[in-house]
Amino acid sequence: MPRIRVEVDGETYEDDVEPRLLLVHYLRERLGKVGTPVGCDTTNCGACTVLLDGLSVKSCSVLAVQADGLPVTTVEGLSLDGTGDHPLQQAFHRAHALQCGYCTPGMIMASLDLLRDNPDPSEQEVREGLEGNLCRCTGYQNIVRAVRSAATEMRGREVTS
Amino acid sequence: MIPPTFEYLRPESLDEAVRMLPDAGEDAKVLAGGQSLMPLLRLRLAYPDALVDLDRVAELREIRDDGDAIVIGATATHHQVVRDPLVREHAPLVAAATATVADPAVRHRGTFGGSLAHADPAGDLPAVALALDVVMLARSASGGDREIPAREFFVDWMTTALEPDELLTGVRIRKPGPGWGFHYEKFHRTAQAWAIVGVACAVRRVQGAVEDVRIGLTNMGSVPLRASAVEERLGGGTLSDSALREASEHAAEGTEPPADLHGSADYRRHLARVLTRRALTAATTR
Repeated sequence: MPRIRVEVDGETYEDDVEPRLLLVHYLRERLGKVGTPVGCDTTNCGACTVLLDGLSVKSCSVLAVQADGLPVTTVEGLSLDGTGDHPLQQAFHRAHALQCGYCTPGMIMASLDLLRDNPDPSEQEVREGLEGNLCRCTGYQNIVRAVRSAATEMRGREVTS
Repeated sequence: MIPPTFEYLRPESLDEAVRMLPDAGEDAKVLAGGQSLMPLLRLRLAYPDALVDLDRVAELREIRDDGDAIVIGATATHHQVVRDPLVREHAPLVAAATATVADPAVRHRGTFGGSLAHADPAGDLPAVALALDVVMLARSASGGDREIPAREFFVDWMTTALEPDELLTGVRIRKPGPGWGFHYEKFHRTAQAWAIVGVACAVRRVQGAVEDVRIGLTNMGSVPLRASAVEERLGGGTLSDSALREASEHAAEGTEPPADLHGSADYRRHLARVLTRRALTAATTR
């Protein structure tokens, strides 16, 4: 069994993994990072989105062995500095950007990736940036509002992660 | 679901990858970005004995200038391709079509060569490869280097001319001279969905006359196709609105489009005609 070394949310883990183990199952079942849910079997829904080496990926479509040597950030790693919720998390709360909440971790991680690339996205750019993430409750309106509100907040605070 | 078991091989160089492939057996699969292969494994639609993961083969990721052409390394990601200055300047059709592939997270992992070698007729890039008449660069331990023109590459449904021990290493795309216009027109139901039909076109005009035209069709058969009947009608003529409209009416000739819950075969033939007209119009009015 291959041995991998992965930095997840700032902590380093070393584990023997079966090659077929998906990154999302490694995060959830081996590391207990259940903040990252599995929503589908087809790489469509984006609920399991995490950052791998700084870029958003659907962790159901990456093998754990492929994360060997790379940093992973999950939704659980967003407020590591102890200052409370990340501006994106606060904005989702404030703007009622969720109902059942299942898609929210993926929405937030995809939004984080979008804002890293484009700190001041238009409504259309937010929609395009989140096109790989499905929400069956909200109709997306409040999600788009939340992301733009967080963007304003983050530009003010210069929060980058 | 959990993927079936497989042996996992991770070469660190192209040489090592090419040597590993024959030993991995006939039922081995090459893993590039995995954005098509991983769902297939999870749905248990594929049971490869081994995966040869190209993730660590850095030399396959390069996009380079090759004189009168550019070469896109097989595992350059879609994300990389869309932003690459060489691609944007010399292969704008590739950049434009790649930007429509799936969604940002998938584009971060998915690769240019992987999409071509996977040869899904609903994939966007095979039709682009046909429209640009690109050359596939392949290598094997037994046969060395081989060049395969795009029109000979797509053999059957999800089947390419690559031998089991052969690896797609890159794609050579000629730099267009003056007078070329390009466009990819895609029709899909939702943002990240596969194309119901897509049309890639490359048109060269000299003093108003069509000097050269190539049109690739996405999802109009078991392989990506050229709209030859349209090309023949346009070649040499002037591009009036009516000529373009008349020629586009022949876009579905010789195709055998699939029927599924997104549309009947007839609907796809209709789309091919409409999208071809739109693509040609866009390619010639910039």
